Amino acid sequence: MSDTFLAWLTVLPGYTLPLLLASLGLMISERAGVLNLCPEGFMAVGAMTGALAVLAGYSPAVAILCGILAGTGLSLLFGLATVVFRADHTLAGLATVALGLGITGVLGRPYVQKPFDGLTRLSETSWGEGLPRLLGQQNLLLPISLILVLAVWYWIFRRPSGLSLRAVGEDPAAADVVGIDVQLTQLGAVLASGALGGLAGAYLSVASAHVWVEGMVAGRGWVAVAIVIFAGWRPRGVLFGAILFGGAEAAMLRLQTQGVEFPLYLGAMLPYALTLLVFCIACARRGRDNGAPAALGRVYLRQDKH
Amino acid sequence: MTHRSLNDASPTPQQTGAGEAPALLLKGIDKAFDGKVALSKAGFRLAWGEVHALVGENGAGKSTIMNVATGVYGPDAGEIIVDGRDVPLRSPGDAVDAGIGMVHQHFRLVGRFTVAENVALALHGAGRRVTLAEAARLVSEKSAELGFGLDPNAVIGRISVAEQQRAEIVKVLLLGARILILDEPTAVLTGDEARALLTLVRQLSRSGHAVALITHKLQEVSDHCDRITVMRQGCTVMDAVAMEETPVDTIIREAFGEVREAPRRQMAAPGAELLRIDHLSLTQDTPVLDDVSLCLRAGEILGIAGVGGNGQSELVACLNGVLRPDSGRIALSGEDLAKASPAHRRRAGLRIIPADRFDSAMARGLTLAENLALTGLADGRFGPWWRLSRRKMKQAAAKSLTAFNVLGGTPSTPAALLSGGNAQKVLLARELAAGTKVVVAHSPARGLDLRSARAVQDLLAEAVADGAACLLISEDLDEIMRMCSAVSVLNRGRLSAPLTGSDLTPNRLGELMVGHA
Ligand SMILES: Nc1ncnc2c1ncn2[C@@H]1O[C@H](COP(=O)(O)OP(=O)(O)OP(=O)(O)O)[C@@H](O)[C@H]1O
Ligand SMILES: [Mg+2]
Repeated sequence: MSDTFLAWLTVLPGYTLPLLLASLGLMISERAGVLNLCPEGFMAVGAMTGALAVLAGYSPAVAILCGILAGTGLSLLFGLATVVFRADHTLAGLATVALGLGITGVLGRPYVQKPFDGLTRLSETSWGEGLPRLLGQQNLLLPISLILVLAVWYWIFRRPSGLSLRAVGEDPAAADVVGIDVQLTQLGAVLASGALGGLAGAYLSVASAHVWVEGMVAGRGWVAVAIVIFAGWRPRGVLFGAILFGGAEAAMLRLQTQGVEFPLYLGAMLPYALTLLVFCIACARRGRDNGAPAALGRVYLRQDKH
Repeated sequence: MTHRSLNDASPTPQQTGAGEAPALLLKGIDKAFDGKVALSKAGFRLAWGEVHALVGENGAGKSTIMNVATGVYGPDAGEIIVDGRDVPLRSPGDAVDAGIGMVHQHFRLVGRFTVAENVALALHGAGRRVTLAEAARLVSEKSAELGFGLDPNAVIGRISVAEQQRAEIVKVLLLGARILILDEPTAVLTGDEARALLTLVRQLSRSGHAVALITHKLQEVSDHCDRITVMRQGCTVMDAVAMEETPVDTIIREAFGEVREAPRRQMAAPGAELLRIDHLSLTQDTPVLDDVSLCLRAGEILGIAGVGGNGQSELVACLNGVLRPDSGRIALSGEDLAKASPAHRRRAGLRIIPADRFDSAMARGLTLAENLALTGLADGRFGPWWRLSRRKMKQAAAKSLTAFNVLGGTPSTPAALLSGGNAQKVLLARELAAGTKVVVAHSPARGLDLRSARAVQDLLAEAVADGAACLLISEDLDEIMRMCSAVSVLNRGRLSAPLTGSDLTPNRLGELMVGHA
């Protein structure tokens, strides 16, 4: 294994996990039929709250928990708007993102650019060279996230409650007449997306950057939205998509640090260009059925004619 | 939520006879949607062990009252008493717990799930934890018991409507329903399928279930039901009358007022040839249409009988220009249309009434005026391209609605709120407007009440009397026998030579429909 590749592998999780966690949550929400554009907002409040908690002297674990709670709190607002008050999903989502970015801008200003220790690696040096060293460089959230992907897959496709979740996203009327609480299911799914989005944000500040700056989410929430579509709303696809996009970003930065010359903005743009390209290919190959839940984005009212 | 064990799904006779309390009693139910009254003081009385027909015209409120009984709609006023107990039905889940199950007019199955997954979902909704494997086993058992032969692992979206209906019935029974409500179950079935279903319904009632059957087919009512309730404009006008005491004429009068005689089979000498199809073939994996040829003259209604799924929809799609046939010619008054666009065909005078009006003819969310105007936008009738005159649209619509006697809607009513019969009349109003040469009507009276069905058939017959021609594709032999002077049968994509005169008998048609020719 070449050094460059190994170095790339070492930083890969840092770029992949935030995308993975955010899109995993997003997928849960959309599987229940709630079109969710909020991850950028969830991640923003998660990142800020986590950083603030560390700066206030709490342990990284508690800080990450705070990030999760912050994301969940914001998603509760979104959930109330869409599920309880039946607001338009797209508008409510955009408003939630604006709110999340706004809150972090206001509350977080005094804490910008203050480095902290954050979540430690599994081991600093003692694990030797090569692969063991690579693993030692990671933190606990890597195994946790991978287990989460597996757990979510198992839950969605193998558990009765996962079946209800998918049914609500496919055909809420059908789920409703057999006694499944459509609203409760959707609200639960939205909260899950908020929790995972908050976790993804907290990862960025507490586990990865060890500092908080405004706007550090930098569009990753939107990439998560793209990943879920690219993944066809499947956990496996989400994992693959997150690695693809995270890997591309990591590679860009590695190349830059190695002195490969090219314009900064071109580099920053590349993940999005890649998003677009992969999209076109994926959609063209899949044809008409892109795997989207049939009732995605539709507001369900039992009294309506179905 | 109560948790029943898996085994007491079917009631024992002892349970059912007890107390003689009616299985389901609805009293003084009021229900309005946005101020529009759908039910006023409506009632329904269902006894254990009976098959009870609920009839009434389109929009009478039959589905609505049953949706109240299953907790889907909350009533504005009224009482719901199940087996002698006053149960609050706040949600469909409450109705499931009370042992009420409904097979809806539009099935409530998740299209991407398998039969077993749908059943597992339902059981899960009722608070019972089963694995998918258990659900599949339950489906197999129940389906064997009922003689259904359902594959638990078949995906709903890929099986026939009749099989979907069986899946619904299995689902509802596995949920432990003892009160079974079937909303127009036979509308989507062929004759044999319908007979099998009605036999099954009788068996269920013998084993103690209470069955309510909504239908527009009065023959079914008099052959298979014990009692009948008739609704009209949101009220119950005949309340649980025994069938023996009720002549069908009385039912018709109560439900519809006076109904005109069915239109007579037209006998006028056919005029010039209008539509000619030569050697039309289409293959999608297997041959769907196989060398179909026919000829249709002005003033003629040619019937195409046959069990659904033998190429009917594809034939309509080929005529419409949505599907491109592999080979063959379609000529309208001599002009070859095989490669013409749908718009060109329409201009040339070919008009299509598809089987599913909302799937491929009308837009639910648009108003009646907009739906009526859709086909006239290009010719500048409602203003030049940069301007759409709402006033002109509404005026034209108001005229069509009166001319075609559409009830329950003004030009600004959304199409989705019309009853089936009235929506169909709106569609006819649009398609039979000026310039019609050939009307292709696919099951035009499906799901319509007696009077609307007659009205639709009248409208078609009138258009033909005015010099158009009609291709009537239908599974309903009564309709075909009444309307057509010549009938061909479509079986596995092959079209028989037309039967006419004394050859044209239901028996002969039946043979051709099932034959392996
Ligand atoms: N969810 C709803 N919102 C608004 N109006 C409704 C709704 N459901 C029913 N209606 C209206 O209530 C009336 C009764 O409708 P319902 O569906 O019960 O008729 P029906 O007797 O079942 O007719 P059909 O034979 O066509 O099925 C109709 O005028 C219908 O437009
Ligand atoms: Mg109905």
